[in-house]
Amino acid sequence: MVPLNWYMLLSAAVFTIGVFGFLSRRNIIIMFMSIELMLNGVNISLISFSHYLQDMRGQILAFFVIAVAAAEAVIGLAIVIALFRNKATVHVDKINEMKG
Amino acid sequence: MIPELFFAYFAFAIVLFSIIVITRKNPVHSVLWMLLLFFHIAGLYLFLNAEFMAVMQVIVYAGGILVLFLFVVMLVSLKEEIKVARFIGAWPTGFTFAVALFIVILMSLRSFVAGPQGKYTIDLIKSESNIKVLGKLLYTDFLFPFEIASLILLVAMVGAIVLAKKRFKG
Repeated sequence: MVPLNWYMLLSAAVFTIGVFGFLSRRNIIIMFMSIELMLNGVNISLISFSHYLQDMRGQILAFFVIAVAAAEAVIGLAIVIALFRNKATVHVDKINEMKG
Repeated sequence: MIPELFFAYFAFAIVLFSIIVITRKNPVHSVLWMLLLFFHIAGLYLFLNAEFMAVMQVIVYAGGILVLFLFVVMLVSLKEEIKVARFIGAWPTGFTFAVALFIVILMSLRSFVAGPQGKYTIDLIKSESNIKVLGKLLYTDFLFPFEIASLILLVAMVGAIVLAKKRFKG
């Protein structure tokens, strides 16, 4: 039997890689993929908890996470398309209209 | 011994593919590596007796979201994108932050105590099948969140159409 801690370590590693990708890449598509990576890391830990604690609620939570991830990807990619139509770039540092 | 080997392979592949995904210069390569990553995560779910979630992972993520990503990569032009530097200049800051986060999670893992066991033992799930148990819970205890999830998907659909459609002037 694989210990639960290994799954949590794996999930933490995937989440951390997602955080690093989000912070250090400036291509908006790859930033979105980093967000998906983080959500997947959380899903791994939710489903492993569901298995080890013998409770189905973890899987249901992961189900909702997948639904929200789908919605987020759809909206985000629509924003990317609208942005590319106006600015012709996917590099987020070049999008500085608001001077934030 | 065999389960540990299985887990080791999947964990190694998942971490490796995640690193590859965020370091590729060309987003198309990233998306294709991510496809492989999602299949491995689905394999890990099968390993955790979560058949339905494995199928959802393949259908929704690999079949839906990644195809969407590929379409968008195709729609935007990446000619000048490939020429710029892969990471921003301040990437060591991001790296330090990520490593610090990992260490914090590691420290908190050491004091982790598992909660009480639920009633869904493997024998119960085996006698009823994973999908039946999940569906029963989803349509009784979690009916309201389920409806909210469908509403979120509807809003996402409408929002995507509104955001991405061409505006005609006048």
